[in-house]
Amino acid sequence: MNEMKPKTGVIAGLANPTRFLSLSGRLMPFMIAVTLILFAAGLYLSFISEADYQQGNTVRIMYIHVPAAWLSMMCYMVMAVAALGTLVWRHPLADVAHKSAAPIGAAFTFLALLTGSLWGKPMWGAWWVWDARLTSVFILFLMYLGIIALNRAVDEPQRAARLSAILILVGVINIPIIKFSVDWWNTLHQPASVIRLDGPTIDPVFLWPLAVMALAYTFAFFTMHIAAMRNEIYRRRVAAMRRVAATRAEKGMQS
Amino acid sequence: MNRKQKRLAVIAGGVGFIAVAVLLVMFALSRSVSYFYMPSDLADKPVGEGTRIRLGGLVEEGSIRRAENSNVLFTVTDGSGTVEVRYAGILPDLFREGQGVVTEGRFDGNGAFHADTVLAKHDENYMPKEVADRLKEDGVWEGRPARDC
Repeated sequence: MNEMKPKTGVIAGLANPTRFLSLSGRLMPFMIAVTLILFAAGLYLSFISEADYQQGNTVRIMYIHVPAAWLSMMCYMVMAVAALGTLVWRHPLADVAHKSAAPIGAAFTFLALLTGSLWGKPMWGAWWVWDARLTSVFILFLMYLGIIALNRAVDEPQRAARLSAILILVGVINIPIIKFSVDWWNTLHQPASVIRLDGPTIDPVFLWPLAVMALAYTFAFFTMHIAAMRNEIYRRRVAAMRRVAATRAEKGMQS
Repeated sequence: MNRKQKRLAVIAGGVGFIAVAVLLVMFALSRSVSYFYMPSDLADKPVGEGTRIRLGGLVEEGSIRRAENSNVLFTVTDGSGTVEVRYAGILPDLFREGQGVVTEGRFDGNGAFHADTVLAKHDENYMPKEVADRLKEDGVWEGRPARDC
């Protein structure tokens, strides 16, 4: 147990809300700048890249769709780690982390579903099909909405965080199902093109814009997540101050 | 074990329990979760006449024929089995010989499949047209005809 102590000390130090606010405040401008530069480069590369031999220009939807789908899953994994922080270490910053990540994850999932639908109509001939991949991503979207609703339905922040952390950890099982649904079952959705054992089956011409866009999405996610966490911390401080002020005012009335 | 390790163990146990439960459900549902059957699946376990199913596979080379009343006839194959499909309607852009398709409909009494929906299945290969043409010239193309068919 003795070798555990310095490690928890470092994590606790970084996770101190006041230190988090000062550190993230300094980091924020750089994060925003990097995100904007990456999006400018990624969108430029997406529009100048060649058309696909059978999809034509429709292939460009991939640069919006695939990173959104990746981020929708990565966001959930970030929330799962934060949920562990809530349940095991009872850390308030972990509560803030998964509460503020959920709406961002829902937005990325919605973007993936929407762009996938727009691609599906011209390529497959259907806006939507209930195959294993599409259905499991739709369940992920519903999970996000459920987590958001549960967290806001409970008034006491600590209890809300604990309940939604349990829901988050139950939903983690959906992430490997989404990833491997295209390998385990016959689906209309194509199998993985980039992250696969025998290397990408996607031409480098398309891989470069996709990689830059994926990086841009990742930075966008962390920028928005840190900003949302800062807002949530300030919101909780304001609520705490209001409570103190209200108690004082009450005492003043009585005396 | 201290309290944190105990909580971690409870969570690990719970997640493991749910994972096993979900795996069992998926194992039990594996046939019905699949979006479509392939011709060889139907050879193993035939479905009854009039039962609505989805049939998937590749459109066999040289099997597309236009019949009366804008009907299209083609054969769906998965290498080991074939099914004759009849369809009346608008075909998706990607529909052509050698293309993966998913059709939805019913078998009639004579073993022919009457589809009312045809969806094209896009594969995982993405490349520009020049690369596709070069692969075909070099003879390393895996037998997928391009748009011109």
